[in-house]
Amino acid sequence: MRLVLPNPGLDLRIPRHEDLERMEKQEAADRPKWDNKAQYILTCVGFCIGLGNVWRFPYLCQSHGGGAFLIPYLILLVLEGMPLLLLEIAIGQRLRKGSVGVWRAISPYLTGVGIGSMLVSFMVALYYNTLIAWIMWYFFNSFQDPLPWTNCPLNENRTGFIPECQQSSTVDYYFYRVTLNASNSIADSGGLQWPIIICLLAAWTVVCICCIRGISTSGKAVYITAILPYIVLAIFLIRGLTLKGALSGIKFLFTPDVEELMNPTTWLDAGAQVFYAFGLAWGGLISFSSYNPVHNNCVQDSVILSVVTGLTSVYAATVTYSIIGFRATEKYDTCINENIRTLLNGFELPEDSITASNYNAALHHLNSSNPDTVFGLDIKTCDMQKLLSEGVEGTGLAFIVFTEAITKMPGSPAWSVLFFIMLLCLGLSTLFGNIEGVVVPLKDFNLFPQKWPHEILTGATCFVSFIICLLFAQPSGIYWLTLFDNFAGSVPLLTIGLFEMIAVVYIYGIDRFNEDIKFMVGRKPSIFWQITWRFISPLIVLVILVFYLVTQAQKQLNYLVWDINSETFPALTSIPYPSWIYAVIFLLAGVPSLVVPMYALCRLIFVCYKKKIGRYFISRHHENNHGNAFEQTLLTHLNVNTH
Amino acid sequence: MLEKILLLLSLSLSVAEGLCKPGVGEAYKVRFSIKTALGDQAYPWNKNEMFLFRAALAFAMRDFTNGEEFGVSDIHPCNETQRVSFWFVVTRPKTMDLVDKGTVEMAIKKSRNRINGAFLLTDKTLEFDGIYPTLAAPVSPDTPPWLIVFGVVMGAVSVGIIALLVYPLVQRKLKKNMDADDEDSDEETGVKTAENGANDGIYNSTFSDDERFTQM
Repeated sequence: MRLVLPNPGLDLRIPRHEDLERMEKQEAADRPKWDNKAQYILTCVGFCIGLGNVWRFPYLCQSHGGGAFLIPYLILLVLEGMPLLLLEIAIGQRLRKGSVGVWRAISPYLTGVGIGSMLVSFMVALYYNTLIAWIMWYFFNSFQDPLPWTNCPLNENRTGFIPECQQSSTVDYYFYRVTLNASNSIADSGGLQWPIIICLLAAWTVVCICCIRGISTSGKAVYITAILPYIVLAIFLIRGLTLKGALSGIKFLFTPDVEELMNPTTWLDAGAQVFYAFGLAWGGLISFSSYNPVHNNCVQDSVILSVVTGLTSVYAATVTYSIIGFRATEKYDTCINENIRTLLNGFELPEDSITASNYNAALHHLNSSNPDTVFGLDIKTCDMQKLLSEGVEGTGLAFIVFTEAITKMPGSPAWSVLFFIMLLCLGLSTLFGNIEGVVVPLKDFNLFPQKWPHEILTGATCFVSFIICLLFAQPSGIYWLTLFDNFAGSVPLLTIGLFEMIAVVYIYGIDRFNEDIKFMVGRKPSIFWQITWRFISPLIVLVILVFYLVTQAQKQLNYLVWDINSETFPALTSIPYPSWIYAVIFLLAGVPSLVVPMYALCRLIFVCYKKKIGRYFISRHHENNHGNAFEQTLLTHLNVNTH
Repeated sequence: MLEKILLLLSLSLSVAEGLCKPGVGEAYKVRFSIKTALGDQAYPWNKNEMFLFRAALAFAMRDFTNGEEFGVSDIHPCNETQRVSFWFVVTRPKTMDLVDKGTVEMAIKKSRNRINGAFLLTDKTLEFDGIYPTLAAPVSPDTPPWLIVFGVVMGAVSVGIIALLVYPLVQRKLKKNMDADDEDSDEETGVKTAENGANDGIYNSTFSDDERFTQM
């Protein structure tokens, strides 16, 4: 006997198998449909493959033991990612509703899961589109030669560069000062940066117009946004492999360090990355699958999606690290040449006496004969390992490391345009899923009048989001974005994912779910799916969630700022958050996670209250024989049978 | 320290070559990085190149002072090293008075490009210690290019929005015209038999209970 929680009235809330068949034949026009299977697969692939595959996975891979990281990643992909993926796809295809509709159909007490998904999708959409806006800014600025981040601006008397730029680097200066005008702390918000506002406007209008009719417009847009990144990655791979030093980067990435597998953080990071990479618990996948034909082979789809996501992550990591290897080699060579020059000038030696190959020997010789002079010259140490591992995660990778590498390639504007178009496509295709996960639940809730067309709803959502996004256009915008990234897109997703699995397996009933899949696909899911759905996947997610909460609660919350006046400049300084931030963090992370139990609780109270009121009025009604008009209306409103 | 000053004073009254002393007085240090700049096509440094340098510098002094007849003999190099770097001082024509550092600096700054050109070198490979090159201002076009691209993108988006809004109106108009034509042809052909897959009847979804979702 399977463990299933009592769920009365489930059969009334969901369409029967016969109803599904009939609706399929009817081809009811009120629900949108995919034009073909390829559109569906491309939309899902685009949704899953996002900016994180380019700038988070390679960093995790490199910092957790290189090639050895692929082992926990692939294991958890199969044990955690694939089952959850099939769960969401199948439940969407079966119940044919968006995320709120599906959970409400399973049990009205579970509507909180849908609301949580919607809130998370909304908050993630806000900061994700700001990233798109920054990418657009760089994209717009790539159409000039030389690229604006190649050179520092000159100071007043034109003998040198602006000190802020001189001390850090041209790309740092361009990102933190020219683009963002970053302030010193998150509390320090002075005015709005108008270039960012313009780019935000562009980003939100592009998203709006692509999503305006739901999947009938976004389904066409994904032909470009899902395929173009692969083409650009291929071009970069070919270009990257022909550059000097690319292989050292790839070697650095994939050199396995098996000891890292003993470190639990490796497994936790792998699990978290799989979870976020698949776009689970955002509600978008459920929505997209609900437009599928009833007998679509969702099991095959989930396997295909998992394989494609895994392979793309490795592919993108290879390309990224070939470019990083090139940049590190260039910087290393420049460093060595600088040192050689200093030595030649200091000791008045002829030019060719010290070259890169005999540099170490020459330095050693000079240091032993004239140590004082060598010390006075202030030779910098050139460390290739350090160069390979610096700043290679998140926005730092795209806007600092990669832009610098691109300036060193011949024909930089073309490479810059290609790179930023690829990032744009990656981000946009993920955003389509996000917007779907926000707009469809809003529709399900009937918050807006029914006669408003989908276009108005999408437009209103985009407009409101644009206004809220102006928060990120302030000089402190980058710190707000990092805050959102760390808290809105982490804990809530894990909690909602956990609740989803519990809901389907133990409240909807795993037997019923198996029957549904047998009806849709023709075969009951194998023992692998049964075990992972019932025990393994929920356990993995629970473990990750608990460990994450524990580690977060233990350390003091710090963040990195760009502060000219600090000692560690040009490196980012780590300062603690102000105390009012905790309220914001609760709003971002706590509210979506807690809305699930809170909603269930509120509904329980409301239903009990309704029953009590109803019973009280029935007893009064029977006493007084029909009662007065007010009581009649009240009784009918409470849906109580008066006879 | 005192001996050095005395030596300097005594030397300055003696032979011309004694004027040039590294690091003191009005001397400037210059450094050539020929191999770095030209690689395989580097020319070797020899007396002829030194002569060219003295001539170029004399030209710079003439150009700056507007006519004072500086000659090659007024430029005095010393302490030449294998690095190809040396110190030099400039004296006034026909006398042994040293030209002050400031004047030499301004003269070199004015004719820097010409001097560089004579040696096929750049500001980085022909260095004068203490004289910083004036950096060229970056070329900035009148309209920032990013604004142009932004305009293009927003233009495309606006066209798309207008198309999306106008398309259904146009379709409705076309349908109305087609309906008007159909009605004309209907009246001509008479009654048409209904063939709407009427074997099973059409399922009228109005009567099905869709609102089975309980409301909160």
